[in-house]
Amino acid sequence: MPEVVPNPEALRAYAQQVHSDLTIGVLALQGSYWEHEAMLLRVGVGVREVRLPEDLDGLAGLIIPGGESTTMGKLAVEFGLMEPLRAFAQEHAMWGTCAGAIFMSKDARRQQPLLGVMNIEVERNAFGRQVDSFEIDLDIPALTAVDPDPRPFHAIFIRAPLIEAVHPPAEVLARLPDGRIVAAQQGHLLATAFHPELTDDERFHRYFVHLAQRAPVRAG
Amino acid sequence: MSEILTGSFKVKIGLAQMLKGGVIMDVVTPEQAKIAEDAGAVAVMALERVPADIRAQGGVARMSDPELILKIMDAVTIPVMAKVRIGHFVEAQILEAIGVDFIDESEVLTPADEEHHIDKHQFKVPFVAGARNLGEALRRIAEGAAMIRTKGEAGTGDVVEAVRHARAVMDEIRRLKTMADEELYAYAKNIGAPLELVREVKRLGRLPVVNFAAGGIATPADAALMMQLGMDGIFVGSGIFKSENPAKRAAAIVKAVTHYNDPAILAEVSKGLGEPMRGRQVAALPEEERLAVRGW
Repeated sequence: MPEVVPNPEALRAYAQQVHSDLTIGVLALQGSYWEHEAMLLRVGVGVREVRLPEDLDGLAGLIIPGGESTTMGKLAVEFGLMEPLRAFAQEHAMWGTCAGAIFMSKDARRQQPLLGVMNIEVERNAFGRQVDSFEIDLDIPALTAVDPDPRPFHAIFIRAPLIEAVHPPAEVLARLPDGRIVAAQQGHLLATAFHPELTDDERFHRYFVHLAQRAPVRAG
Repeated sequence: MSEILTGSFKVKIGLAQMLKGGVIMDVVTPEQAKIAEDAGAVAVMALERVPADIRAQGGVARMSDPELILKIMDAVTIPVMAKVRIGHFVEAQILEAIGVDFIDESEVLTPADEEHHIDKHQFKVPFVAGARNLGEALRRIAEGAAMIRTKGEAGTGDVVEAVRHARAVMDEIRRLKTMADEELYAYAKNIGAPLELVREVKRLGRLPVVNFAAGGIATPADAALMMQLGMDGIFVGSGIFKSENPAKRAAAIVKAVTHYNDPAILAEVSKGLGEPMRGRQVAALPEEERLAVRGW
């Protein structure tokens, strides 16, 4: 049966298991923010929803979830989040999944608000419409930093973007079997075209927490 | 799996999960679709007539012309949904063939089958369906719905039925959570839902798919009310383009859904929106004009 994550209220039971003084924020304007919160709580870090600039205070990192990048961009502009998010990304870990990756990119090939903190170009809806959304196993060698078992990562792509170009200091983190780029890293910044928050596999969230603990990590 | 897998239930409910905390707006032209996208809608519902007009004009309401839907798909980058009649699986085949992102098997259109809903497992495109209570929601999920919405009473601008249906589902879930396992057999039978799904709801403490509010939402306050009642997002039908200033109202409802727990922001976004849709009080509707009773 499918599994949709309970709302944050129901997640508080997990929160007692937090064993780290690290708190990671999840941008909660719209999209799959509960799913990320649930994964972070499983990993054992504190979690806070971010809707306004002051919510960023004291966070060790921030996840920008999947959703609609146009909606998130508009709300981020309206509530004065653009500059605070750019400043945050200078010193702290930030990870965008799908719409979040688009939002962090320098260029999405159309007019919409972008943070522009990662030196990547993305193509929105690169695989087609919803009937073309797909699942596939990917080899992501970087994840061995948090788990030595090099098993594939089950990646879920929902109306996903493609990372068309990765310019230094950003680096390719994962590719489809045909070579197209679906994940990139630039120091303590991370972008994935797919949704680790929709799986049971915590490795990507562990990897992000690992980056957050070490940030700022200068790329290149 | 090094193979690519499309059309799985995981990717179907995955899209619904991405729509959470967002507003899906009814639009009847590509221009309206652009206005909705610019206002921050997470998706649009493409149709020929909004429910308020279907209600006013009467007659048989059917799937919209695919040409109109395709024009709306070309106008925006956000997902596009479209409605089919309850049980009309050929309308659904047509919408899947033109590539809509989500199909609403909707009581707003005139039902094509008074006994059977569409077997939604047979499609790669995800479906959303309306429900008034937990049993109805779980029957739709058993048929393959990847998303549920309250029925409310579409085209009225009166939120009372959406509230009734949201409260019914949430209340039944709360009671189910405290039931003993041996009580679930009789409970599943009583609400006409598959036992496995009843067990799943008890375990999760919520529906196993995303659950939006729909049917009568007309103001930012209505939208925030539905979110505070535990809904995952909002459909607004006639409420936007039947109001005096659609662009402003649409943007205000989007902000209200994100900040649904922040009364200061709700007050700010509610200011100066112009006239809402005039609406019709549900309590004054004759029985034969009620849409929510369609579907079984």
